[in-house]
Amino acid sequence: MPLKTEPVVINIGPQHPSTHGVFRMRVTFDGEVIVDMEPVLGYLHRGIEKLAEGRTYTQNIVLTDRLDYVASMTNNLAYVMAVEKLAGIKVPERAEYLRVIMSEMMRISSHLIAVGAFINDLGAFFTPFMYMFREREKLLDLFEMVCGQRLTYNYMRIGGVSHDIPEEFLPALGKFVAEMPHFIDEYDQLLRENEIVLVRSKGVGILPREQAINASAAGPVLRGSGVKWDLRKADPYSVYDRFDFEIPTGEIGDNYDRYRVRVEEMRNSVHILEQAISQLPKGEVQAKVPQLLRPPKGEAYGHIEGPKGELGFYLVSDGSIAPYRFHVRAPTLINLTAFRDMIIGWKLADAIITLGSIDICLGEVDR
Amino acid sequence: MNAWDYITQLFGWLRGLFDGTITTLPSWAVVLLDGIIGIILILSFFTTTVMIFIWLERRLVGRFQIRLGPNRAGRFGLLQPVADTIKVLIKEDIVPARGDKWVHWLAPVVVFVPALMLFAVIPIAPTYDGANAILADLNIGILYIIAIGTLGIIGIFMAGWASNNKYSMVGAMRAVAQMISYEIPMVLSIIGVLLMVGSLQMGRIVAEQSIPFILLQPLGFLIYFIGASAELNRCPMDLLEAESEIVAGYHTEYSGIKFSLFYLAEYGNALAVSAIIATLFLAGWKQPFSQELFILPPWLWFVIKLFTVFFVIMWIRSTLPRLRVDQLMGFAWKFLLPLALINIFITGIEVLFWPTSLWALVPINIAIAGGLIFLWSRLFFKLGGGRVEVGV
Repeated sequence: MPLKTEPVVINIGPQHPSTHGVFRMRVTFDGEVIVDMEPVLGYLHRGIEKLAEGRTYTQNIVLTDRLDYVASMTNNLAYVMAVEKLAGIKVPERAEYLRVIMSEMMRISSHLIAVGAFINDLGAFFTPFMYMFREREKLLDLFEMVCGQRLTYNYMRIGGVSHDIPEEFLPALGKFVAEMPHFIDEYDQLLRENEIVLVRSKGVGILPREQAINASAAGPVLRGSGVKWDLRKADPYSVYDRFDFEIPTGEIGDNYDRYRVRVEEMRNSVHILEQAISQLPKGEVQAKVPQLLRPPKGEAYGHIEGPKGELGFYLVSDGSIAPYRFHVRAPTLINLTAFRDMIIGWKLADAIITLGSIDICLGEVDR
Repeated sequence: MNAWDYITQLFGWLRGLFDGTITTLPSWAVVLLDGIIGIILILSFFTTTVMIFIWLERRLVGRFQIRLGPNRAGRFGLLQPVADTIKVLIKEDIVPARGDKWVHWLAPVVVFVPALMLFAVIPIAPTYDGANAILADLNIGILYIIAIGTLGIIGIFMAGWASNNKYSMVGAMRAVAQMISYEIPMVLSIIGVLLMVGSLQMGRIVAEQSIPFILLQPLGFLIYFIGASAELNRCPMDLLEAESEIVAGYHTEYSGIKFSLFYLAEYGNALAVSAIIATLFLAGWKQPFSQELFILPPWLWFVIKLFTVFFVIMWIRSTLPRLRVDQLMGFAWKFLLPLALINIFITGIEVLFWPTSLWALVPINIAIAGGLIFLWSRLFFKLGGGRVEVGV
């Protein structure tokens, strides 16, 4: 007589050690194997898109800090770029360079957390996480030097950046840029060929190339699946066309590929930082922009390659001081839509690390 | 007469009592007193060492993770375990509304008591007359350890079942599967030691080790060590409380004193396993290299060996990620079990052709262990124990 078995529904989140915030999923298990998964979103919904419609264009910059709080600088950048496109504002060259420096620093910082959290989800008891934080701490010190903040920077302004960098910033950044590759090597020594990491993440949570494109995934998730798509190359914004860097891609789109893509991107970001420091011109950091900006009627979409994927802001102006419509193309929410297909048929432990490898940030998913 | 004289007098009286030279008490009372004193000694040794373990682990893992670890309570944070204990004692004790109250209450006890019972057969030091300082030198010492060591999983399963929580249940089911699987290679790996000694008695195992068995039985040691760290639920095999997956596994629904009993049992088991490894493979309380030259007292050697083993367990915990449940099972059945069987076979041959100088066996056995692990890991990957290979 066959044993009678029935699927078990386990609710994971919103309070769970490794859902990276308040993500909740209802997972149906057959033993330890996942049969079905249903994400439940909205636990961190703050109505940011609606809030923004009642505030002036400049006031909205602080709201974007609260989207993906792990990478606020790039959120700022994408938003002010959309506004500049809407109002037709030209940004001084020095400000463009500072924006590039900040967003590459932000990328490293965000990827450090992503990789650390991914290894932590593998069960490495916080050690790699703490090592990642050692380097991130230096970056946060640099950010603090620039804008006085460590988490929500509010540094970018419409038409430039809020203020010029202090004198001691560039030497400190140069020191970081010189040290960072050694650190990445040190980290790779422990993890790159670690048998447990390989066994756990290779071939697990595969997102095939076609499916990644169909899901309109972006960022490391898309590149991990082998698609060479990076807005910094595909649609160069700011001054990215002046730098020489590679777009790392994975092969089959498994967790290991996504993890490797992030590590390689950190190396490339360091390389971009090196070039940006040497090319940094002198001059103004802020264009002349009216205190109360009233962009002409129309719409604009500003997008950048954020650490987690294509981050876009769609703005509609009715000629008043506040946007008529403020929409965020949040990369993590869209990447998350592919999550269900990636984990069906795998085990609970695989689902957790796959979620970690997508690198979601609930501030952005729920908005 | 000062206090020291009173103590000496008391101990003299006790010694006389147990020797049989003082016959003021009936024999059943002597046996009872003997047992009670032994239990008190073991309890105090157990709790003190566990407290030091907890402190050491928190400090050292802090160092591994480039942070300081607790350093506020007392000098070097030495009072941290005390603070933790007080904190956990005054916490509310919560039983899940639809949980099984009695089983929920019993489970921590069932987990904790076997951890304590293991110390009955561990020789801590030699006594004045050359015997072992041991509560009960059973002639089935190792069998007792295996039997008692397995009891704990009943408590873990009880905890998972009684909590009425799916995370607990998953953790408990993983626990049973994992512990039963790893018990087998672990027990088989000890057989190599038993073949060499020819006795199950812990005292004799220590006495027979002119060379520590880690050198004569390197393969057995490795298998036992891996199996033991799986039994301890330590990384990379802490699947039953895998924090990032099932929150805290079987003790998700526990709080207060009951949780602290689980916690104590976990470290108690770590202590027991360290003690067993120190006894079986590191020559117990024996001083390394030379028995004649006195450097440190034997009990201190025992404690040093015990802490060394614990340090290695801790080191592994703070370095490696966790395995997945099927990989864990595969590792036990496809890798450790065959190697353990081969180890028994090789040891059997060695016992048959016992060389006059045991030192000749050391390089041979280390070479055999290295070669076997290398070859079998190649085969292990072919058997599908390794990573999933997917074409582009």
